[in-house]
Amino acid sequence: MNQLIISAATEGEVNPLVPNVWEMGVVLVGFAILMFIVVKFVVPMFEKTFAERAEAIEGGIAKAEKAQAEASAALEEYKQQLTDARTEANRIREEARAEGAQILADLKEKAAAESARITAQAHAQIESERQAAVVSLRSEVGTLATTLAGRIVGESLNDDERAARVVDRFLADLETQNAGAAK
Amino acid sequence: MHLPAILPWGAAEGFSKQMLLVLLSVVFIAVFFVLAARKQQLVPGKLQFAGEAAYGFVRNGIAKDIIGGKDFIKYVPLLFSLFFFILVNNIYGAIPFFQLPTFSHVGGAYVLAGIVYFTWIAIGVKKNGLRYFKLATVPSGVPWYILPIVIPIEIISNFLVRPVTHSLRLFATMLAGHLIVMIAGYGIEFLVMQENILLKGSSLLVLAGAIAMYMLEALIMVLQAYVFTLLTAIYIEGALHADSH
Repeated sequence: MNQLIISAATEGEVNPLVPNVWEMGVVLVGFAILMFIVVKFVVPMFEKTFAERAEAIEGGIAKAEKAQAEASAALEEYKQQLTDARTEANRIREEARAEGAQILADLKEKAAAESARITAQAHAQIESERQAAVVSLRSEVGTLATTLAGRIVGESLNDDERAARVVDRFLADLETQNAGAAK
Repeated sequence: MHLPAILPWGAAEGFSKQMLLVLLSVVFIAVFFVLAARKQQLVPGKLQFAGEAAYGFVRNGIAKDIIGGKDFIKYVPLLFSLFFFILVNNIYGAIPFFQLPTFSHVGGAYVLAGIVYFTWIAIGVKKNGLRYFKLATVPSGVPWYILPIVIPIEIISNFLVRPVTHSLRLFATMLAGHLIVMIAGYGIEFLVMQENILLKGSSLLVLAGAIAMYMLEALIMVLQAYVFTLLTAIYIEGALHADSH
């Protein structure tokens, strides 16, 4: 209680609205130092972190979105490629089938042509041989006839029996010759 | 309990407890925030998180909300320093050993209010030129015959009364709260000394009241730091956008 009275007595005459100049100076200096530290260190450091954090978050989101877009693009591309590959395979298969059929048809045609050619060639050969045979036969028949006639004339004509036999043989020859020609 | 001068000991003039506390508060704030901000990581630790929350409160809760725009960041250091300087110096009053809200001495409040006063006038002049004084004192949309009344009122309220209320609000709340707690303390001491057992016992009632007042005072300490900073932000915003007010 005494303390209160003493302090009231000593401070009683002091107007609380009148400042102590030294206290003002200390507050001014103290606040200036604090401002300096805050401006120089505290605010830049906190702002740097805030900016970095914002960037990290926004950058992360952007990166994720980009990756997502890339992944779906790749998926789309793979699907497209798969479809393309299927179409391509089908096309190749169709082509192969068509080509096979084409080759088969070609071969058949070629075989037919070849056989026709061979047949024609055989016919021609046969014809020419026959022609040759006919020609040679004619000449031979002529010769034979002449020879026969010579013989007949050269040999004694008194042997009737023999003459008859020669004539018969000639006729038989002729018959066979006719039959061969008729063939 | 109140204001023993430290150097020279016991003298009315000299290096007082109040001055020591002011300088200590600068050390406390600087050390805390430099430590909290020093090892900055994207995912903060506990200390950094506390520092960021405190910094973000002033930055976003006061500067960004009131001043807004793109260049509110320029005024964050001032608001931040003001808030924590006043907060720590007020909280001293609630801490047993310190037990002195330094702004219960009016000098500090004058200094801070003065800094703010010249700051917002400088901002207003820089932004709007000398036209700022016209913008700040002649409200638009007022009929000409009322202007002779309005202009003096505006001059008085903006340029004369504003810094006084700004400083005295802080000083008066701190002094009053400090006095109440102190008087309650002396009251308890006085009552305990009494021979009469009933009077002695009644000191308990005073103690309960003192604790309630102490809590209220602690609230006001935080609140006044906020109010002072908020008003600073409002003054700066008014100076920046004087043409739209």
